Amino acid sequence: MNVDLALRLLFQMQRIRRVEEEIALRYPQNRMRCPTHLSTGQEAVPAAIAEVLRKDDFAVSTHRGHAHYLAKGGNLPALIAEIYGKASGCSRGKGGSMHLIDLSVGFMGTSAIVGNSIPIGVGLGLSAQLRGSDQISCVFLGDGAIEEGVFYESLNFAALRCLPVLFVCENNLYSVYSPLAVRQPSQRSIAGMAAAIGVAAATCDGNDALACYDQLREAVAHIRRGNGPRFLEFATYRWREHCGPAFDNDLGYRAEAEFLAWQAREPLARLESRLLAADGSAAPRIAQNLAAIEREVLAAFAYAEDAAFPAPEAAFQGVYCE
Amino acid sequence: MTALNFAAAINQALHVAMEMDPTVICYGLGVTDPKAVFGTTANLEARFGKARVFDMPTAENAMTGVAIGASLGGIRPVMVHQRLDFFLLAMDQLVNAAAKWHYMFGSQCSVPITIRLILGRGWGQGPTHSQNLQAWFAHIPGLKVVMPSTPEDAKGLLLASIFDPNPVVFLEHRWLHNAVGDVPDGDLRTPIGPLRLARRGGDITIVAMSYLTVEALHAIRYLETRGIDCELLDLRTVNPIDWPGIYASVEKTGKLLVLDTGYGTGSVAGEIIARVAMERMPSLRCAPVRLAMPDVPEPTSFALTQGFHVRAGDIAATVLQMLGCELADVAEKLPEPIPHDVPGSWFTGPF
Ligand SMILES: Cc1ncc(C[n+]2csc(CCOP(=O)(O)OP(=O)(O)O)c2C)c(N)n1
Ligand SMILES: [Mg+2]
Repeated sequence: MNVDLALRLLFQMQRIRRVEEEIALRYPQNRMRCPTHLSTGQEAVPAAIAEVLRKDDFAVSTHRGHAHYLAKGGNLPALIAEIYGKASGCSRGKGGSMHLIDLSVGFMGTSAIVGNSIPIGVGLGLSAQLRGSDQISCVFLGDGAIEEGVFYESLNFAALRCLPVLFVCENNLYSVYSPLAVRQPSQRSIAGMAAAIGVAAATCDGNDALACYDQLREAVAHIRRGNGPRFLEFATYRWREHCGPAFDNDLGYRAEAEFLAWQAREPLARLESRLLAADGSAAPRIAQNLAAIEREVLAAFAYAEDAAFPAPEAAFQGVYCE
Repeated sequence: MTALNFAAAINQALHVAMEMDPTVICYGLGVTDPKAVFGTTANLEARFGKARVFDMPTAENAMTGVAIGASLGGIRPVMVHQRLDFFLLAMDQLVNAAAKWHYMFGSQCSVPITIRLILGRGWGQGPTHSQNLQAWFAHIPGLKVVMPSTPEDAKGLLLASIFDPNPVVFLEHRWLHNAVGDVPDGDLRTPIGPLRLARRGGDITIVAMSYLTVEALHAIRYLETRGIDCELLDLRTVNPIDWPGIYASVEKTGKLLVLDTGYGTGSVAGEIIARVAMERMPSLRCAPVRLAMPDVPEPTSFALTQGFHVRAGDIAATVLQMLGCELADVAEKLPEPIPHDVPGSWFTGPF
């Protein structure tokens, strides 16, 4: 095992977890007043993405985008300030949790409309190809988004033009409270369908950060060599409610046993125990990382809570580029 | 009569329709989930079965076309979307197929579908969860567009929509779902077209739609204390529009204020003012006014939505100005509620 790599992956996951859980903790104070979708439980894929993408690569994401933004290197205080609706938020308070952007690291935006950002990511890939750059474009999407027509149209075009696009599908089994069973035929794999459209595809355990890393690294290398788009489907699971800070298994849309089984395959603890088994001396470094994350996250929240709201007239500015 | 909230009235209308007519079906994202689209589809699956009541893939455009096809085959689909914004993916099927079918094929068959769309507002719904695009739908010949403001009308207009032979877009404001009112039991049909006289008065005609009817009533109660007697017309439907009803009121009052939950430019309010100016200019004793959303996407930040929407205070101040009265204590008597981004304490976000 590459201990340094494992430590970095663990760090990324711990950082994402800590951010999401601090949001969950403070959300009931009613100061983050916008629909907010947390990625707790789904940290492995974004952590691996953080390792395999370059800063100048592009990424676009969805309503559940905090982890993707952080993985791409997005500014943490600006993320938290955005959720608090502050002027120094990454979208200056205009967008909230569902509309995140950090151009300085190629994070090109997230959308609150399911499927909306898929073709935009493909277009970013087209821009890289037209400019003769070796950048790639990463499109994050959920299992629900593949039901939109735009998914098929986008993959078709990416395959047709051999575009440098990495499709990262986090299949967490649900779209809001609707299980896959009421939305897609059983026995049909999402990756298989992407392959049938003409985009080379594979599946992966999305709660195993090292496996995610291996698959993503290989896919990125393939794309960067000019071999066209790749599609990876990751099996994972959202812990908290679809939208908001609470747990919602009490609603009855999913079985407690299913939830517990996925929690047992929790990505952070899994990697940590493997890491410690491989190198017992990693423990102090993990502790140091956790302490650093703690300081960083609390500072980001302090910054966001103290930050100024935008001036009222800002609401009316920026409809057009002057 | 039973006192029901708006969401329960919709639920009751669906039960009545499905009970009366076995060809009525109901589907949409979340229709059978535990939250049942804010309670509006509660118990439908248990009562009418999985064949007639079902969840669907996240595929708005195709599932609208499916509704059109099913309707051509003798089914009456009622589809629902938790936000109007999500339904924008289906504009092709709605506009190019549903709205055209009857006309384009020489009136041989029609498309009796009902599309329920929820209009979001508050708690940082932001640019893509809060759009009031009724003007888009009202612009399309062949569509009917309904915007109830009371539980009774929600029930009566939904039943009328379901049994109308044409495609109907039924717009429900999220801030109305908990409003309570008396609702007649059983099969209730409120005709699509005639407006509702919400308050009789002689000094000014206020035309409102959907949630703005509620804000208008707050304003009118204050204006009463100032000795001003407003007539309030609740449009109920924005296509068709009840022109005789509006003209008759304007002839009486000579003054027109139109309230619109959508963007001002290209709005239903603009259409109403244009028609009144064209048809009843001699009756108008001052320039008509509209209060609508600014031509700006709705921002997310709590700070930026402060004062952003049309509230009772804005309506009352506008009426006072139109009548040449002092504003006096209107700002103190009708402040924007705190917090401004929720319709009441029942609404705690996040959706
Ligand atoms: C076009 C559209 N339809 C419906 C919705 C409502 N909606 C918001 S998030 C969501 C779930 C999508 O599921 P998935 O893509 O699997 O993402 P997850 O929430 O599981 O991360 C839905 C249906 C929407 N935002 N946009
Ligand atoms: Mg999902």
